[in-house]
Amino acid sequence: MIDILIYITSSLGAIFVLLAAIGILRMPDQYLRISVNTKAATLGVGLLLAAAAIFFLDVSVTTRVIAVIIFILITAPVGAHLIGRTSYFLGNKLWDKSVIDDLKGKYNKSTHELKGDDKDSKEDKSNTEE
Amino acid sequence: MNIHDFLYYIILPILSISSLLVFVRFIKGPSIVDRVVALDLLITISIGIIAVYSIINDKPTFLDISLVLALIAFLGTVAFAYYLEKRNKND
Repeated sequence: MIDILIYITSSLGAIFVLLAAIGILRMPDQYLRISVNTKAATLGVGLLLAAAAIFFLDVSVTTRVIAVIIFILITAPVGAHLIGRTSYFLGNKLWDKSVIDDLKGKYNKSTHELKGDDKDSKEDKSNTEE
Repeated sequence: MNIHDFLYYIILPILSISSLLVFVRFIKGPSIVDRVVALDLLITISIGIIAVYSIINDKPTFLDISLVLALIAFLGTVAFAYYLEKRNKND
C-alpha cells in the first residue's frame, strides 16, 4: 500500500518537473517562463518531497519535508514577482500574441512608481512616446 | 521491480533529462532574466533529485541539504532582481 503511494507521488512529481523543463525551453515569452517556473516546478518538487516523507515515515523527516515545502510555497511567488518586475523595467517585450498589458504607461520608468489615475497615466503615455 | 529500481532507472533519468533541458535554456537564454529563472529552476530540480537520492540510499540526512538549497535559490533570485533593477535605474 505504501509502495503504491510512493510510486504514484514520485511519478507525478517527475512528470511535473519534466513538464516545467519542457515549458521553460519552449515558452515564447519571459513572463510565461516565469509562470512555468513558479507553478509546475513547485508542484513537482513538492510531490517528490512528499514521496520521501511517505517512504521514511518518521517524525523528524516529515517535519523537515513540511518545512521545505512550506518554504518553497512561500518564496516561489515572491521571487517570481520580483524577477518579473525587474524584467518589465528592463524593457523586455511581451509575446506578440499576448492580448493585454495592464501596466502599459502606468509605471514611471525613472522613479519606478506605479500610478493608477487616468490623468497621470495620460502624462506617462506622453512621456513614453517622446 | 521494487521501489529502489523504479526510482533508480525511471525517476532519476527523467529528472536528469529535465535538468539538461533547463541547462539548454540557461546557456542560450536571450536576456539575463532568462538565465536567472533557469538557475532558479535548476536549483529547484536539484532539491527533487536530493529527495529521490535520499530514498534510494536510505539516508534522510540528505534532506537538510535541500533546505539550504531552497534558501540559496530564493536569496539568489532576490539579489539578482534587486541589483538588475538598480543597474537599470542608474542609467
